[in-house]
Amino acid sequence: MATFKLDITREHCPMTFVKTKIQLSKLNAGDVLEVLLTEGEPLENVPKSSREQGFNVLEVSHVEGVVHKILIQK
Amino acid sequence: MEVPELTSENQAKAQKKLSLISFSGDFDKLVATFTLATGAAAVGYEVNIFFTFWGLDAIKKKQGRAFVGKGFLGKLFGFFMGGLRSAPVSRLNFLGLSPKIFRYLMRKKNVATLEELVEAAKALEINLYACEMAMHILGLEKSDFIHEVKGVLGVATFLELSEGGRTIFI
Repeated sequence: MATFKLDITREHCPMTFVKTKIQLSKLNAGDVLEVLLTEGEPLENVPKSSREQGFNVLEVSHVEGVVHKILIQK
Repeated sequence: MEVPELTSENQAKAQKKLSLISFSGDFDKLVATFTLATGAAAVGYEVNIFFTFWGLDAIKKKQGRAFVGKGFLGKLFGFFMGGLRSAPVSRLNFLGLSPKIFRYLMRKKNVATLEELVEAAKALEINLYACEMAMHILGLEKSDFIHEVKGVLGVATFLELSEGGRTIFI
């Protein structure tokens, strides 16, 4: 089990979801992806769509300013 | 055999499918097509894109202007239509200057360019299909397209593939 990092704070729709999904598809079952994202659509929808696709969202936490961190387990 | 319960949630999951008809071949409309397609695929939709007429330019192997196609008129048309890199914008094209300005602005503002969106579509394994009839008119063959194009279809097969999902014409 390994942890990978992805920063999508500078990305815009649809690349916020797209980069997360592509990165998740490369992981093995049990691996964790730490995603840095901003408030608004990414924060509202990346955890939601990850859950809907059967991934386990372990944590959603505030980092600083508009930046949040989520941990997604495959 | 265990039969899944037909709850509204299961039904919604079963129907998560988006089919796009890419007709125009314009730069801005291709951006819309590939933005919807990649976004939907990334949130778990099954996505089909059916390229027809000018839309076929987006999936040609040769992305610039090239004499692709069969016969004199086919080759001539192929040259003027060009590929992904020579797609014009639908308004204020200014003889091909605007797509260059758009590409510059998209890179500068960190928005995915058309080429990045197409690469993402391939990575997300979106189903790409070409229209048999339009290919026949323009003298194009499947070998003229990128290898990710899954097949050459007619209306009947497209309707079958898109059934149960949403369909958008761009």
